[in-house]
Amino acid sequence: MKITYREALRQALHDALACDPRVFLMGEDVGKYGGSYAVSKGFFEEFGPERIRDAPLSELGFVGAGIGAALGGMRPIVEVMTVNFSLLALDQIVNTAALYRHMSGGQFSVPVVIRMSTGAGRQLAAQHSHSFENWYAHVPGLTVIAPATVDDARGMLAPALASPDPVIVFEHAMLYPMEGELSPNWAKADLCSARVLRPGGDVTLIAYGGTVWKAMAAAERLASQGIGAEVIDLRVLRPLDDATIMASVRRTRRAVIVDEGWRSGSLAAEIMARIMEQAFYDLDAPVARVCSAEVPMPYAKHLEEAALPQPESVVAAVLQLLGKTAQ
Amino acid sequence: MTSHETAAPKPVPIETGLALAMLRDMVRIRRFEERCADLYGQQKIRGFLHLYIGEEAVGVGAVHALATDDSIVATYREHGHALARGIAAGAIMAEMYGKLEGCSRGRGGSMHLFDAKARLYGGNAIVGGGLPLATGLALAEKMQGGRRATAVFFGEGAVAEGAFHESMNLAALWKLPVVFFCENNLYAMGTALARSESQTDLCAKAASYDVTTARADGMDVVACYEAARDAVNRVRDGAGPVFVEFQTYRYRAHSMFDPDLYRDKAEIEAWKKNGPIHNLTNRLKSEGKLTEQTFLAIDAEAQREVDLAVAFAEEGTWESVDDLARDVHTQAAP
Repeated sequence: MKITYREALRQALHDALACDPRVFLMGEDVGKYGGSYAVSKGFFEEFGPERIRDAPLSELGFVGAGIGAALGGMRPIVEVMTVNFSLLALDQIVNTAALYRHMSGGQFSVPVVIRMSTGAGRQLAAQHSHSFENWYAHVPGLTVIAPATVDDARGMLAPALASPDPVIVFEHAMLYPMEGELSPNWAKADLCSARVLRPGGDVTLIAYGGTVWKAMAAAERLASQGIGAEVIDLRVLRPLDDATIMASVRRTRRAVIVDEGWRSGSLAAEIMARIMEQAFYDLDAPVARVCSAEVPMPYAKHLEEAALPQPESVVAAVLQLLGKTAQ
Repeated sequence: MTSHETAAPKPVPIETGLALAMLRDMVRIRRFEERCADLYGQQKIRGFLHLYIGEEAVGVGAVHALATDDSIVATYREHGHALARGIAAGAIMAEMYGKLEGCSRGRGGSMHLFDAKARLYGGNAIVGGGLPLATGLALAEKMQGGRRATAVFFGEGAVAEGAFHESMNLAALWKLPVVFFCENNLYAMGTALARSESQTDLCAKAASYDVTTARADGMDVVACYEAARDAVNRVRDGAGPVFVEFQTYRYRAHSMFDPDLYRDKAEIEAWKKNGPIHNLTNRLKSEGKLTEQTFLAIDAEAQREVDLAVAFAEEGTWESVDDLARDVHTQAAP
């Protein structure tokens, strides 16, 4: 069955709200407006204003309230419109949600799910184009997920809600209109494994969220040159699934990480370090990465495209690893 | 009214048993924290240690106004609230020692006292950090149709934080059963209120969000109790949040690292003349409800409790380093 990423998220949220009275959705414009990305369209009318709770522009306040409500026995899904605004709520996410279990000696868990859109690609300029997945993936106590497929958009919310600990969900803004085939296995989604999305024997492309599809496009082009690129969709950014990454890299002996975050201190850097630690002697070439250029995101279309990882830059990085030139 | 009548101790218009229980808690907190300061000097307690000495009436009066199943969110200056709530002095002292028998298994220390059974949700050491959390606890309670209140304590310094303003708005907008207990001790660490706020009337700030406000003498435990009781009753009846400003004073420095150079010694001495323990003791004695002998017995009992707490902490165990990674995630098995 063909379905959009947006519709898959909508169905997942609908299931959660319909099945568990403790679940409620809270955030900016989730109710009357129908969700800034139209994910919760119609929910306000169906579930009412208590459970589809419009919040004022108080990211720190309502994210903290979601954390408190989770401590108080509810299962809140807090929607922060975008990762850009989540910086205003960072204190509550890091200093409260992530730490409470540990600081209390295991007495209090915080079963909150915090969703946000992320990423660039729509000419929204510097303040609305961030990718800060790595900031959250840095923090012990958080689980960080990045559904990139319709299966995961449909399937990852349920285990996120079942988790007794805070889960941060990143939805790449370019993916909402993407259409895909919903597999019969969508309900088996977990919060711990990466997935090989396309097999290949010559190089491993490691990506997450929006860059998964750029890596897939690059793999397609490489295939036409006789190069087999394996594509790993990380799915879960904390904890990272080292086993899947290393098994692939040991087979292909080469890896390129595709990450929309800025290069310095990026998730790509972390993954490179882990490959170095765990699979150094299996490598035939230094691990490479394609990240965003270290400039604030420009508005002009051609400059934004140049700043972001693109299939062409991934292809170029692979060819360089293999000592080949572009055809 | 003659000057003689003005000088007479104010009456104690509450049941004597309650007044004595509150006196006992204030003395327990005072003795406990005096010992904490000694133990800090002996390096038994480390990290930050923020003493509540001088402010005991606020926590004691407010906690006595709460039902045992109401929720409490406190700050890093929360030994008094934890003791008044009934958490064992030994578990609190063991926590400050960093021992496994501590109320947070030694992972929190002085600033992060927790107790799930007592519904004490910390011990939050980010100024203002507890307010959104308390707002959310109250939201959950309201959505689940319960009648429990949530009380959150914070200093006047927190009023400068966005978290205060956002929480006031959310709590009032959604008519949540939360009481905001502001412990105004006049100094945010070393910065006086008037040097950091354009509007120093804290109730006016809360009232601007359509939150009901009250003000109480934070050196008078009876006044603190009555103000808190009225506030809690109001939120329990679904009338929306209440903000209470307790005007109090800390006798000691902000923390053990603070040289206390920003305030006049005469100011400290003036506040000490109106100390909360002295205040209530005098009034009870003048009404014939307390003898010196009984007071000395209360004090001796408190000191005995502290001795036992210290012994408990001394005998406590250090958690195995093998368990370092536990309690980061719920399922994480080391």
